[in-house]
Amino acid sequence: MSGVGKVTGFLSRLAPRRAAEEEPEPPAVRAEPEVVVPTKALKKFVASLRLQPLPTLLDLGPVVGSNVAYFGEQLGCKIFIEDIFADIERFQREHRLAGLPAFLETRFPQGPESVDGVLCWDLFDFLDKPSARVVADHLMRALKPNGALFGFFTTTHPTEARFTKFIVADDGNLRHRPYSTPRMRQAVLQNRDIIKLFERLRVSDSFLLHTKVREILFRKPDYLSNP
Amino acid sequence: MWKRDENVRPPAGREAAQPAPSTGTPSAPVAHGPELEGKRHMDSKDVVNIGKSVVIKGELNGSEDLTVEGHVDGKIELKEHVLTIGPHGRIKAEVFAKSVIVLGEVSGNILASEKVDIRDNGSVDGNIISPRVAIAEGAHFRGSVDMQRKSEPTKASDAPKAEVKPAGQSAPVGTAPKV
Repeated sequence: MSGVGKVTGFLSRLAPRRAAEEEPEPPAVRAEPEVVVPTKALKKFVASLRLQPLPTLLDLGPVVGSNVAYFGEQLGCKIFIEDIFADIERFQREHRLAGLPAFLETRFPQGPESVDGVLCWDLFDFLDKPSARVVADHLMRALKPNGALFGFFTTTHPTEARFTKFIVADDGNLRHRPYSTPRMRQAVLQNRDIIKLFERLRVSDSFLLHTKVREILFRKPDYLSNP
Repeated sequence: MWKRDENVRPPAGREAAQPAPSTGTPSAPVAHGPELEGKRHMDSKDVVNIGKSVVIKGELNGSEDLTVEGHVDGKIELKEHVLTIGPHGRIKAEVFAKSVIVLGEVSGNILASEKVDIRDNGSVDGNIISPRVAIAEGAHFRGSVDMQRKSEPTKASDAPKAEVKPAGQSAPVGTAPKV
């Protein structure tokens, strides 16, 4: 039996092209390339964290080891990781998206005015309106006065279903590592919608990138702190 | 011509213990039987393994490195040593160790004086306090990471001053510069 296997293996090595032709095609999983994209707002976000003696950071994306090292070791942040993308994906797979806003109401353990910075990444592109409202309310409440919130908002309607891991290359560049998901981006948020969503924050900086993505850095002014 | 003489073949079981062939000099005596068992015991005495089928509920203290492949529910304290949670290990405990390597699942807080290393497919639900934390691609983590920076934090005066603009002065979003 093993002799037959050896012979087959030997023959396939002699004619590898033919063997490849006979094998069925693997399922269509497109390998997404990782790209490095410049960022303008991250530098300002990092600068705002540096102002704090022991900054606390809330990351709403999937955990990335190098980001933890960057914010934890280099900036000395205490980092809370709450992967909301994983929750969205789970609710989508289980066909329970109607229950997502209620779930998000109790999802965050952070208290009011407890974090200096929030990394939203492109989360709000994937949230439906009620869920976005719930998350935005929590973030506005959780931010300390002078705290900063960093987010991306697409300006086009992409047709691909994919999340992206944003990896800090340095404070001027992010590596975008896409991965597949059943969740599509939701309706594009207009500027007025974004400002209305974060009504208790102020737009500190906004940049429209060549990738048709708007980077926005919000800040929570002192005079708009929690009642 | 190529057939090896069966008489010169070493007896089974001793082969592993044979030293490397020396150059002409008679070979050293080969350890076998109880002697060999003792040597093996010496080699592995500093690492204790809790097997897959073992379930521990309560407090686990120790002064040697430990690998857990089973279930532990309670508290693990190995303050000067390395705790490894193997791929089959399931920990529901507060963990205190010098270093913690996670290949399985941990549900609970981890305090490590040196390093926490969450490997691919490792999972941690809890807060980590350690000066060094490594999280591999494919690992799962939910909680907080506090690296207890030893050096002085950056002085506020050294960092660039952030400005918070009031509502009327905020940058108009629609006219943002294109990067």
